[in-house]
Amino acid sequence: MALLEIANLNRSFGGLRAVNDVSFTVHQGSIKAVIGPNGAGKTTLFNLIAGNLAPDGGEVRFNGRRLNGLLPCQIARLGLSRTYQNIKLFAGMTALENVMVGRHVRSRAGFLAGMLNLPATWAEERCIRDKSMELLDLMGIAECADLEVTNLAFGQQRAVEFARALATEPALLLLDEPAAGLNIYETGEVGELIRKIRQQGITVLLVEHDMSLVMDISDEIVVLSFGEKIAEDQPLAIQQNQEVIRIYLGEEEEGSAGGTENAADVSGERVVTHA
Amino acid sequence: MNSTLFCQYLFAGLTYGIIYAIVAIGFNIIYNTTGIINFAQGEFVMLGGMIAISLHAHMPLLPAIVLAVLLTMAIGGLIEIFFIRWLQSPSVLRMIIITIGLSILTREAALHIWGSSVRSLPYFIGNEITSIKVFSSRVSPQVFLVVGVCSVMVAALSLFFKYSSLGREMRACAANRRAAILCGINPRNMVTLSFMLSAGIGAVAGCVMSPITYSQYDMGPSLAIKGFTVAILGGLGNSMAAVAAGLLLGIIESFSISVLPLAFQDAIATSILLLILFVRPHGLFGSSAAARLKDF
Amino acid sequence: MDSARRYIPVAALLAAVVAVQVATALTGTAYYLTQLTMAAYYSLVVIGLCVLMGYAGQISLGHAGFFAIGGYLAAGLTTHNLAGLKNHALVEFLARSGLLLSRQDSYGATLLTVQPWVACIIAVLTAGSIAFAIGGPVLKLKGHYLAMATLGFGIIIFRIVLGSAYFGEADGISGVPGFRLLPGLEVSGDFGARIQNYYIAWGLLAIGLTLLLNLIHSRVGRALRAIHGAEEAAGAMGVDSARYKLYIFVLSAVFAATAGVFVTHYNGGIGPSEAGVMKSVRYVAIVAVGGMANLWGALLMGIVLNVLSLRGVFGTYDDAVFGSILITIMLFAPQGILRLGLGRRLRVLFARERK
Repeated sequence: MALLEIANLNRSFGGLRAVNDVSFTVHQGSIKAVIGPNGAGKTTLFNLIAGNLAPDGGEVRFNGRRLNGLLPCQIARLGLSRTYQNIKLFAGMTALENVMVGRHVRSRAGFLAGMLNLPATWAEERCIRDKSMELLDLMGIAECADLEVTNLAFGQQRAVEFARALATEPALLLLDEPAAGLNIYETGEVGELIRKIRQQGITVLLVEHDMSLVMDISDEIVVLSFGEKIAEDQPLAIQQNQEVIRIYLGEEEEGSAGGTENAADVSGERVVTHA
Repeated sequence: MNSTLFCQYLFAGLTYGIIYAIVAIGFNIIYNTTGIINFAQGEFVMLGGMIAISLHAHMPLLPAIVLAVLLTMAIGGLIEIFFIRWLQSPSVLRMIIITIGLSILTREAALHIWGSSVRSLPYFIGNEITSIKVFSSRVSPQVFLVVGVCSVMVAALSLFFKYSSLGREMRACAANRRAAILCGINPRNMVTLSFMLSAGIGAVAGCVMSPITYSQYDMGPSLAIKGFTVAILGGLGNSMAAVAAGLLLGIIESFSISVLPLAFQDAIATSILLLILFVRPHGLFGSSAAARLKDF
Repeated sequence: MDSARRYIPVAALLAAVVAVQVATALTGTAYYLTQLTMAAYYSLVVIGLCVLMGYAGQISLGHAGFFAIGGYLAAGLTTHNLAGLKNHALVEFLARSGLLLSRQDSYGATLLTVQPWVACIIAVLTAGSIAFAIGGPVLKLKGHYLAMATLGFGIIIFRIVLGSAYFGEADGISGVPGFRLLPGLEVSGDFGARIQNYYIAWGLLAIGLTLLLNLIHSRVGRALRAIHGAEEAAGAMGVDSARYKLYIFVLSAVFAATAGVFVTHYNGGIGPSEAGVMKSVRYVAIVAVGGMANLWGALLMGIVLNVLSLRGVFGTYDDAVFGSILITIMLFAPQGILRLGLGRRLRVLFARERK
């Protein structure tokens, strides 16, 4: 069954078509990867799915429900969670508190209940804390629970972000370059982790540069180039796809296109920070 | 409303309007080089007028004004050097609070130096009853001086930013700080310069308006909020539009006297400000996309 | 467990409040109580603003406006004589419902006014509703735009109270009666009621503080801090930041308005300077000095600076002192004075409960 359906999605920045008529589906319980050279529109695609950007055309359906026009927080409540390429943790809060925020959608204590510290909220609060601790434990960073996140090492921050995303108990997890900045050993661990996540019944859509990781864990791969989908297949088939090979290996020959690529990357970045 | 009254309102509106435009341009110059809204902008206008009045007791009018403008520019530069220059990428909230603090301190210093009395420079030409007949009403030549001097300033600034190498360097810093550094421009000096420049034009406005509107230690905040309204109306950073917006606000205000009690006159600009912030924060004239392209 | 530890400092605060009162009684310096009472009310505004600025990350340069809405409505409703409209159906209905208060003014004439508690409810609800109405569009703005919009709101309120006959124009409103909370417990400037008013003010502050401490340690408080830390990521975790910001804005407006109501009854009147921009800036200054996201810091600084200011220690340099404080803190200690090495001991003292 298709959990996420993306149909004819479009988004331009000025004259640049960052995502151009992209369609694909992600099946329940699968791991799907989106790859492509820098500036291919991968992060823009994620931002369109998660509601941080509005598409110019096309639609995104999640569990059969149209996501267009919904706010990111509404989409999150439907069971879609994500991590960021450049880690976005809540500064000034501990690792545990960061993960506890992830439980927001799975808890209900409101404004007044919180202000009055009603006994009814105590059990829920304990539950949030226990579940969050559990996730930190799963990520192997339980000992960092009470440290402020900005004091953690890069790999640990990434782990906290993972735990936070999992704390929402998502049906679909979007991972934006989960292995960026990690060494080979750590990348292998991330791969293991993603498999473990899938075993819990969570569908995963990831953007990744690390080919070995992508080929290793993905069920299916979508290849984007200059905003367009040029291939969608199983890992082995993608490795043999002439078009894909040309894009990855032939990049040098298309030196003249370098400028545009960078422009795409920059404009994508800008919109992300402003959104 | 007869035509005499109409003309009077119109000229009053133009006088105040062009002053608001100058304050707005002051905001824009600093905003463009730093991304800061200088809440102490109105204080430059006050300082210009007050210093010139004090100096005029010892020297003729013209040197007093020139000296007052130079002194205010120096103050503007010093403020930047002491309070802004050495901060490492400060947050917007921090800058807001610092410039508010500066505005309060400047005002309090003025209160202790000059007291709370209302002062003014003499009319530059003739005296308060000298007038020129325009259509059916009589208008003081000072009004033309205010409008004339401010228009010349706007034109000169525009030329300065367009054609002088210094002006181009300032624009380069505004457009892309890092690229400007790579071209050998010191952006910090440009920021100091932008404070001096905006202090200078504020001071000039403060001097020419003093005979008509008087000067007082606490005139700054109300001018600042109106200048900001105008800057927003025109689209922050767009100074040509600010002139149009300034004149518009000045005229709306002066004609409002015929419908609203005087006590509410100051609330008009503020209401317009809120309205525009809620509805079109990128300004009346600009498109939201164009608002991001900074120029002058 | 957790919440118990949170209440210990509050209990300590209350103990200190009693100790101070006893000390002033023993040393014959009960005149300090007046300033301490006023300082407690102003600190109520400050802690409300602290949650808005420090935890929700939204600046407001218009909180004196909310204070004034509370104070002026309470003053206007409890002093505006309705005796002339006695036969009006609405007035008659209100009188019969027990919402009106009949008393004699100093010249012996009959005054028919709204009951203080009714006025209080109306005033606070009005401030809350106004905050709710303007909060939507205002809180969409960021940075300078937000600062200017809230400043503009403050100026409009200032102009309205200054320009309306109902609110006494430049003179403000005087002759506001006491506000009887319970039989024998009245908020008023009556000399004999000084001690009970001191306790009313500090009691109110302690309640307000407890509510806010609970809030910031709750699920909602965590969400607020998350918004402050990384708004986009908070959204991706399902936190509706627009709604929470609005709620906090309304809450802090309600705190300011409540303080306004009580101060007005305590002083027996209110003047336009309470609505002035300088007042708003002062509240911001105190929150900044206390360290933004630090309720105890804001409270401490609120008390210290307000007492000093009210005692006239700064003389004619009152505003200048606040201006200098603002600049100095923002230049050298943007994290607040308690984050400096000097304040480390205090921090350790307070750190236990903040955890």
